[in-house]
Amino acid sequence: MYNYTAMLSNTFRGGVCLAEEKELTVGKKTKEIPAPKELIVPLCQHIGSPNESIVKEGDAVRVGQVLGDAKAFVSAPVHSPISGTVKSVQNFFHPVFGKSPAVLIENDEKHEPLSTSVKNDPARLSKEEIITIVRNAGIVGMGGAAFPTHVKLKVPEGKIIDTLIINGAECEPYLTGDHRLMIEKTKEVIDGVNIVSRVLGAKKVIIAVESNKLSAVFAMKKVIKPPLKIEVLKTKYPQGGEKQLIKAILKKEVPPGKLPLDVGVLVQNVGTCFAIQNAVCDGKPLTERCVTFTGSCLKEPGNYIVKVGTRLRDVIDYCGGFLTPPAKIISGGPMMGVSQYTLDVPVVKGTTGVLFLSEKEAAICEEMPCIKCAKCVDSCPLRLLPTDIMRMVKYSKWEYLKELHPSDCVECGACSYVCPSKIPLTQYIKLGKIKELNKR
Amino acid sequence: MNDPKPYLSPGPHIFGNQETPRMVRDVIIALMPAVAVSIYFFRIRAFLLIVISMAACVGAEAAIQFLMKRKIRITDGSAVVTGILFAMIIPPALPLWMAALGSFVAIGIAKELFGGLGSNIFNPALLGRAFLMAAFPTFMTAWNAPITLDAVTGATPLGLVKFSHNLDISYLNLFLGNVSGCIGETSAAALLLGAGYLFLRKTIDWRIPLSYLGTVAIISFITEKASPGTYAGPAFHLLAGGVIIGAFFMATDPVTSPVTKAGRWIFGIGCGLITMVIRLWGGLPEGVMYSILLMNGLTPILNRITRPKRYGT
Repeated sequence: MYNYTAMLSNTFRGGVCLAEEKELTVGKKTKEIPAPKELIVPLCQHIGSPNESIVKEGDAVRVGQVLGDAKAFVSAPVHSPISGTVKSVQNFFHPVFGKSPAVLIENDEKHEPLSTSVKNDPARLSKEEIITIVRNAGIVGMGGAAFPTHVKLKVPEGKIIDTLIINGAECEPYLTGDHRLMIEKTKEVIDGVNIVSRVLGAKKVIIAVESNKLSAVFAMKKVIKPPLKIEVLKTKYPQGGEKQLIKAILKKEVPPGKLPLDVGVLVQNVGTCFAIQNAVCDGKPLTERCVTFTGSCLKEPGNYIVKVGTRLRDVIDYCGGFLTPPAKIISGGPMMGVSQYTLDVPVVKGTTGVLFLSEKEAAICEEMPCIKCAKCVDSCPLRLLPTDIMRMVKYSKWEYLKELHPSDCVECGACSYVCPSKIPLTQYIKLGKIKELNKR
Repeated sequence: MNDPKPYLSPGPHIFGNQETPRMVRDVIIALMPAVAVSIYFFRIRAFLLIVISMAACVGAEAAIQFLMKRKIRITDGSAVVTGILFAMIIPPALPLWMAALGSFVAIGIAKELFGGLGSNIFNPALLGRAFLMAAFPTFMTAWNAPITLDAVTGATPLGLVKFSHNLDISYLNLFLGNVSGCIGETSAAALLLGAGYLFLRKTIDWRIPLSYLGTVAIISFITEKASPGTYAGPAFHLLAGGVIIGAFFMATDPVTSPVTKAGRWIFGIGCGLITMVIRLWGGLPEGVMYSILLMNGLTPILNRITRPKRYGT
């Protein structure tokens, strides 16, 4: 029934096998969390040009109303998830940017929608119309990077997308949102995949899922039709990285400084496909998402549909509070996520999960000297030499840094994870990267 | 409820269970069979040499780190490993003060002067031994036979084959260690047991031992076939002398061996070549020490010329 030997060869070189820790949430049905009394909706929830506020203090807003937008191409508008009154527009906590302008909205609990939301039949829409809908719905990459999706869909002149890869790998430990989505919203996800596929005109469409999510594979098998195909990949971190997916499935390497589209590939996350389906078929802008709230400190870990702008505090209160006070709060996965210092941080479009880890789960260890054991070299999926880069950065040997190509690093954190001397290699490489970029 | 006070740090937020002190501890545990066998064969001499070397290494490390105003790191166990390894590769009759002096050179000069743990170019234990070899060559080549043999002194099997062309070899004695030699290098059985543990714990990489021993085996196979009366075969060259302890415990020292896989292959092959050239045609019966030290010196260059191909090019 399943070709497991093919599965083992569907992988990339390097990487690490991590403790999955997904059992905390993987078996639980996704629950919806009602919008709290007050939302803090950051105006900028994407990578690219920042949005300008369209609303001002005292304005009445409705569900789906645009709060902020920018003229630049690489941007995505932000919509109100609720109806109510704008209390203020001011700098507020942001899980990635530290502090950034946000709109505080008081919920009037009326859920008044905008009259303009329309249902569409995607088959009747042109490619350009779909791209416009995606842009106006404020859709960004839901895998965590939050890059505006319409930019990716608008393939530059002269480039052809031969293969569309749908990323259902979800290789970060603890996170199960994509897994649950593939099981619970199978049809919507696949409809979204078909919409994306039609826009791109891709010949091959491959849904890539790690081998620890076979239940999702079986669920999707029932609804997919050719040319859609599912590939099961070996469970290994960072399998969900674009370059690693392309390597594992097509055995192609994306050249340094190039994009997947330069090798004729486009990668979209399953969550993004779901959001696209919602926007195109139901006219719903991106105002809520599935977030994995997990970690041993939580009373009720699980996947929750959360309105963008909901503070962590509101979610915690709703799902029963803490068992023990967390030692570390992380927005995102444990490998690439960003640690947070307050519960007043809101969930944004790119929030895949929020982890509440105990002292034991997120131990900080003392750094020791490098013994050149080369475990970092073996773990690097980009074939870098983290130990050498670290040394050049540490001793400011900038002239030697260039030939070690720190700019190729995808910052997956595998080297820091395996280092027996607990050296923050990823940070040293990031520093080297910045030095490299500044020199150019 | 009070708000939690979480701490902040950049990702990743979780870590693997490999730790440097644990890896060092693994090597100490892996050396225990060889230590036990050396004490069985050479009794109080072996015991004293091991204790003195360990104490001198740890003492030298603490003293120098104190004098150089560095953080005192004797608890990481790396000086203990150097002490045991150094004791394993000196002859049983060596005066104790010489062992102490050699240990001091190993830690003080080969390790701490180069910057301490992780920064040394040469394997400390081997450099300590090379120093003694240069300073006191007669003491370093005087061999007491193990107490299990009738003889009081006896040449090492490598010496016998090289200088007396005595090819009458007991492979069982060679395997168990019931022959003359440095106190901890003679028993292939005990060393292999320890090496097996290191592989099990993923503490050492298999490429260097395999390429090292493979090269030794291939060269000795060819030379034996070419001139059967003069040269011994692969079984002898693998079991005699220090090639087992060298291949599994010295050449695999991560600090002084290449970080790239291709580099490790070249490193091991180079060690094997130099060992066999010295053994077969050099002035000394044994070449393990110099082979590894020479390849240690080449490690930075090997790392440079064997860099992996840039991703996507």
